[in-house]
Amino acid sequence: MATTVTRSYLGTLDPAAPYRLLGIVLGLCLLWPLLQLAQFNPLLLLDPNNIRVFGDFLIQFFPPNLQVDFLELVLTATIQTLAMATAGIALALVIAAPLGLIISYSLSISRIGPASYHPFAQSVRWLARFLMLVLRGIPEIVWALLLVRIFGLGPIAGVLAIAITYGGMLAKVYSEILESGNTLPARAILLAGGGRLAAFFYGMLPGCAQELASYTVYRWECAVRASVIMGFVGAGGLGQLMDQSMKMLNGGEVSTILIVFLGLVLLADYISLFIRKQLE
Amino acid sequence: MDFSVQQLSFQHTNGVQALKNITLSAKAGECIAVIGASGSGKTSLLSILVTALKPTGGSVALNGKNPWSLSSGELKRLRSRIGLVHQAPPIPSRQRVITAILAGRLGQWPLWKSIASLIYPLDIAGARACLERLDLSDRLFERCDCLSGGQLQRVGVARALYQAPDLLLADEPISAMDPVLSDLIISELMNEAKERKITLVASLHAVDVALRWFPRIIGVRNGEIAFDLPAEKVTQDLLKQLYSSEMGMLPMQNHPTIA
Repeated sequence: MATTVTRSYLGTLDPAAPYRLLGIVLGLCLLWPLLQLAQFNPLLLLDPNNIRVFGDFLIQFFPPNLQVDFLELVLTATIQTLAMATAGIALALVIAAPLGLIISYSLSISRIGPASYHPFAQSVRWLARFLMLVLRGIPEIVWALLLVRIFGLGPIAGVLAIAITYGGMLAKVYSEILESGNTLPARAILLAGGGRLAAFFYGMLPGCAQELASYTVYRWECAVRASVIMGFVGAGGLGQLMDQSMKMLNGGEVSTILIVFLGLVLLADYISLFIRKQLE
Repeated sequence: MDFSVQQLSFQHTNGVQALKNITLSAKAGECIAVIGASGSGKTSLLSILVTALKPTGGSVALNGKNPWSLSSGELKRLRSRIGLVHQAPPIPSRQRVITAILAGRLGQWPLWKSIASLIYPLDIAGARACLERLDLSDRLFERCDCLSGGQLQRVGVARALYQAPDLLLADEPISAMDPVLSDLIISELMNEAKERKITLVASLHAVDVALRWFPRIIGVRNGEIAFDLPAEKVTQDLLKQLYSSEMGMLPMQNHPTIA
């Protein structure tokens, strides 16, 4: 009886619905123990005692330090930070662009033949993937501490640490952007005997340029924030300034620096918007 | 470029048999129309000839050579001599018409020239000449997303003409055009084939256009060749059998008539 009822409804039911339900249930079953492990307890936020401690901590940050000599210090540090982030991203691009192109399947000539070359191309691609994994799998602070041993304290270690980690991240996202875009134009060029790079410039770039640019600018924004870690390796800039202010428990100075960070993030937003408008 | 295929079959990876036991050959300079109902295997046949698909059975020879036994460099050179007008023009919508047309010669240009041409188009006259033949030269510097479907299809044709291939393949090149334009496009493709003595193979949905223009007609049905005849020997009965799955209607460009 039950089966006949189900059958009669089959025509109007979405056949994919049970799998979706199963997926949601499995997801929740997995998430719950993870939240337990992470000691996730939002009620602690509402505890009056905690709120008071939290408030006392926050009050230290007011008012922001706006003395002229400190602001001058902040300005120099900001320029240093921007220079380091920009240099880091520029080097990251040098690493990411070739890696992203190598990894991208949509630019693979060997996929449309001749098949005999496939294993070779495949192994090059796996090698590039592995390299990319190493670059971005190790946190930038570890790279920075490693590079300090080679280059000594100073901005160069921080810049290179950002270049290496972000190079790996950019390469991964670039190749994903290239594959999620419309790959038919590039394929058509490959089929007419064009090379991979020609196929990229004529077939992929027009469709992907906006997304590539906006992700790159976002990474630049992250690099500005990551310059905080450069403070640890004595690279100067806002990171080091913040490190000093924190150690001296000078909340006013910290909040001034945080306001500058917010301003820089806002600036990155506008740069991204501007570039995307230009590429439209 | 001449070609021949022997007992060719092609099976998609999902198990669908797109082509079976196809044997045909063409001499350099021949103009052939491939007709058949949708899903009959016209596009698959062209994809085999353009070396986009590797046959799963039988053999294909272009200029007497099996493209799948060539080195990658030789295959690249061979591909640069085969032009395909795609069914849906594979042109990025943000690209300008001039760039889309010049892209036809990327297989022949060295990389530095391809990149330099993005900074300043290196053959404006050549691209304009191709577009002029298709009555569209006033749109040369417009972006492709400003064009109508029929105009974009003509840009695709212009790109293939600019490539100046030895084997010109066209997959439904007039599907988005009215009868007058259809005749213009087909006549330009035929002119190109005659002037440069190249081989032209076009798949067409419109039976009347195929019979009016092409000397040799190949009918494809369910992945097999139903007939391969000179146009004057193609009878109404043969056509009716070819399109029996389309409820007795013969697809026409001008006036759909009941066969």
